[in-house]
Amino acid sequence: MDITRRQFIKSAAAQSAVASAAVLFPGISFGAWKNVDSGGIEWKKTPCRFCGTGCGLLVGVSGDRAVAVKGDPNCSVNMGLCCVKGYHSIQILYGKDRITKALVRKNGKMVETPLKEALDLVASKMQETIKSRGKDAVAMYGSGQWSIADGYVSSKLFKGCIGTNNLEANARLCMASAVTGFMTSFGLDEPMGSYDDIDQADVFITWGNNMAEMHPVLFSRMLANRKAKNHVKIVDFATRTTRSSQASDRSILFKPQTDLAVANAICYEIIRNDWVNWDFVKKHVSFHKGKTNIGYGTQDHFKFKDKAETVDFEAYKAFLEDYTPEKVEKLSGVPAKDIKYLAALYGDPDKKVVSYWCMGMNQHTRGTWINNLVYNCHLLVGKISQPGNGPFSLTGQPSACGTVREVGTLTHKLPHGVVMKEGARKMAAKIWDVPVENIDPKPTYHTVEMFRALDRGDIRFMWIQVTNPMVTMPNLNRYRDGAKKDDRFIVVSEVYPTPTSDVADVILPAALWIEREGFFGNSERRTQHNEQIIPMPGDCMSNTWQVIEVARRMGFEKQFPWSEETYIEDIWNEYTRFHDNPKHRMAPYNDLKAKSGIVWPYVNGLETKWRYNAKYDPAAEGDSFDFYGKPDRRAWIWLRPYEPAAESPDSEYPFWLNTGRVLEHWHTGSMTRRVPILHRAVPEAYVEINPDDADRMGITNGIKVKISSRRGAVTMKASINGRGRPPRGMVFVPFFDESYLINEATLDAFCPISKQPDYKKCAVKLEIV
Amino acid sequence: MPIFSYLAYPVQGSKAQLHSDLAALDFCEVTPAQNEDMLVLVTDTPDEETEKKLQEKLKTLKSLESLGMTFGHTDE
Repeated sequence: MDITRRQFIKSAAAQSAVASAAVLFPGISFGAWKNVDSGGIEWKKTPCRFCGTGCGLLVGVSGDRAVAVKGDPNCSVNMGLCCVKGYHSIQILYGKDRITKALVRKNGKMVETPLKEALDLVASKMQETIKSRGKDAVAMYGSGQWSIADGYVSSKLFKGCIGTNNLEANARLCMASAVTGFMTSFGLDEPMGSYDDIDQADVFITWGNNMAEMHPVLFSRMLANRKAKNHVKIVDFATRTTRSSQASDRSILFKPQTDLAVANAICYEIIRNDWVNWDFVKKHVSFHKGKTNIGYGTQDHFKFKDKAETVDFEAYKAFLEDYTPEKVEKLSGVPAKDIKYLAALYGDPDKKVVSYWCMGMNQHTRGTWINNLVYNCHLLVGKISQPGNGPFSLTGQPSACGTVREVGTLTHKLPHGVVMKEGARKMAAKIWDVPVENIDPKPTYHTVEMFRALDRGDIRFMWIQVTNPMVTMPNLNRYRDGAKKDDRFIVVSEVYPTPTSDVADVILPAALWIEREGFFGNSERRTQHNEQIIPMPGDCMSNTWQVIEVARRMGFEKQFPWSEETYIEDIWNEYTRFHDNPKHRMAPYNDLKAKSGIVWPYVNGLETKWRYNAKYDPAAEGDSFDFYGKPDRRAWIWLRPYEPAAESPDSEYPFWLNTGRVLEHWHTGSMTRRVPILHRAVPEAYVEINPDDADRMGITNGIKVKISSRRGAVTMKASINGRGRPPRGMVFVPFFDESYLINEATLDAFCPISKQPDYKKCAVKLEIV
Repeated sequence: MPIFSYLAYPVQGSKAQLHSDLAALDFCEVTPAQNEDMLVLVTDTPDEETEKKLQEKLKTLKSLESLGMTFGHTDE
C-alpha cells in the first residue's frame, strides 16, 4: 500500500496521542484506532539520544530523511512507548541553524573554513601547547551523550598517547556521586538490578526524583504495575511538589540536605523494631565509618581523601542514636510518623521495595554519603539484588554509564580500573599499544577544578564535545570569563550554536546520533547499538572520527589505524578486551547489532539482570549473595552523619535555590528548543515560587523577579502553582534556557568524595523588577 | 499545512456528545477511548488561517473540557 508523506505524519500524530494516553491511563484502549501501514518507509532501530532510560526507537526513513519515530516494541526498556522528547527526537536533526561547516576564529570573527584546515589547526595548537606548557596544559571535556567510541578514542588519545589525565566529562555533574556511592558500598560501579524490578516491586520510594518528568517512560511502567496490582505503592520523598508527587500515593517533603538524617532515622527504626534481616547482615554485610566534617570544595586546589575504618554493628547502632525519628523531625521537617512509615515499608518482609534516585541525591555536597545511606536501608533488611528488591540510581544522560563510567572518561579512570593502579595502566598500555610510562599514575583535575585550571591558566587548550558547559557550570561567571581569556584556545564540536560555541576558537561540525554508527549504555547496564541511518549534512563528522583525525595529525597513526568503513566495529572489538571477564563481559558486536540492547555482564549468551546474587550472576560464588567487588566479599554499611549544606538561606539571602529540568527540554535546550512543538510547550524558563511567599511579597504569575545570589543574578518570570510547587522558602528554576543563565547564581561547592557539584542548594534573594 | 494531535477531555458525562461535536467539524478525525473518558483528536488543516478558525471553533464546544496537545507538525 502506498501512502503519502502527509498520511504518514497524520498516522504518527495519532500514534503519539495514543501513546500519551497510555502513559496517563495505563490499560487504555482505542478499539477504533488503526495503525496506518507505513508502506515505503523503512524503519531502523536506535536508542533514544536523550535521557539515561535508554528507550528503543524505530526511526522511519524516506530517502535520505528521517520522517517519523515510534517506540521499538522489541526493546524491553520501553516496549513501544516513548516520551514527548523521544517522539520528536528526529526533529533535532533539521534545525535551520545546524552547524554543517567548520568555523575558525580569525581576527575576532568566526569564519567558515575547510574542515581539513580546521582539524590541522586543532592538532597543531594542541602540539604547540604541549611543547610550550607541558602535556597537562591540554584537556578534553566530553559528555554522557558521547557515543561509547567517542569516549574510548578520547581516552586513548589523552591518557595513552599524550599522557595526560586531563580528560573529564559532564557526567561528573550528574552521576559522579552514584559512582562513588557504588564504589564505596560495593566496590564496583553501576546498579545491581534492572528495569525488570519495576514490574515486580510492591513499593517504590523515589528519593528527590521527579521521574514523571525526567524518566517518564519508567514512571509509566511504575504506574502500570500499580494499576495491575492494587497493593503497589509509590512514595515521593522530595524537597518540592512535582508531577511525580501528584501521581504518587504519598508525597513526603523534607528540608534540603536533611535526607541524610532521614535515611539514618529509617535505619534507626528498622533496628529498633528488629526488622533487620540478620541472616543476610551476618553473612553479607560489614560496617565502616569514614572521615567527617569533610568540607565543600569551594576553594581552588581543594583536596580530600576519605579513610575507611571498620566498626561493628554495636558501633553502628550507637551512631544511629542521634537519629531518632523525633530528633530528625525537628531537623528535616518530616513528621516522625512519616519516617516510621518509610521504615515500615523497608522493614516489611512481605514487601519488595525499590528505591530510585537521580540528581536530587547525586547533585549534593554529601552525594556519596546519601547514596551510601540509601544502600544501608536496603542492606539492613536484605532487600537487594533480587527481582523487585533493590536500590537503583537512574542516570540522566543516554551514555553516562556506557561512555563515562564504563569507558572511564574521568581523570582518575581507565577503561578498566583507575590510573593509580599499576595493573590497570599495564592492561591499558598493552591494549593501546603505548609504553606503560605514557599513562600518568596521578589524576589531574575533576571537572570543576579543570575549569578553575582553565581560568588560572594551568590549562590553555580545551576541546569540548557534545556538551554545553557555558550554560551548565555552577558559578558560571567565573568559568565563562576564564574560557574567554585571550591566551586560551577552545575547540567545540557541536551541532548548533550555543553559549559554549560562542567562546570557541574552532567549531567542528558534529554528526548527530543516527547520522553515524554508535553505541550508548543506559542506566541498567544495557548497551545499545545504532547504525548510521541517514547521511551527515555538509562537512559534519562523528566526534569519534574527529578525534581520530587529530590523533593521526599528532603522529599517533599506529594507535588509530582503523578505516572509516569499519572503525566503530573495530573500536568495539578493541574496547571490550578491557572487560573480558564474567563481572563485566560485554556483548559481541554482531549480537548488539541484531538486538535492541543487551545487559552486561553478558556471559554465555545470557544477560545478568541481578548482580551479586548467585542465582542470576555467573560471577557470584556460593549459593546466595556474593558482593565480590569488595575484598571482604561483603557490602559495606557506612556510618555517615548529617552535615549541613555548603550555603544555607540567611537574613540576606533567605531562599533556597533549587535547579533542574523539565519534561519537554533536554538539558540546556540546545536541541529541543529547536523543535517547534517542544519550544512552544515551554518557551522560556521561569522561577517557581511558593504561593504563600509570592503572596507575602506581592508577586503574581508572570511578573518579572530578580533572583540574586552572592555570585550572580537572573531576572525571569514568576510561576506560581504551575507545574511544580516549591515549599515556602525555596524557589526552583529550570536550566534549559540559555537566555536565563541560572548557573550564574549557583555555587560551585561539591561532594568532596565524588567531586560532583550541588545544583540543588544555595542561598538567593528575590526582588520584583 | 498544520497537523496536530490532542487528547480531548469531555465535560463530565459528555463524552458521546463531544465525539459527535468533533466528528462534525471539518479537518478533524476523532477516536474515542473505549474505557476512559478521553478521545484522540487529529486535525489536518490546509493552511494557518484555516487552522486558526478551527481553533476558534474548538474553543466554542460546550462538551469539551480541555485539549492536551501531543504532536504538532507544520511545514515551516
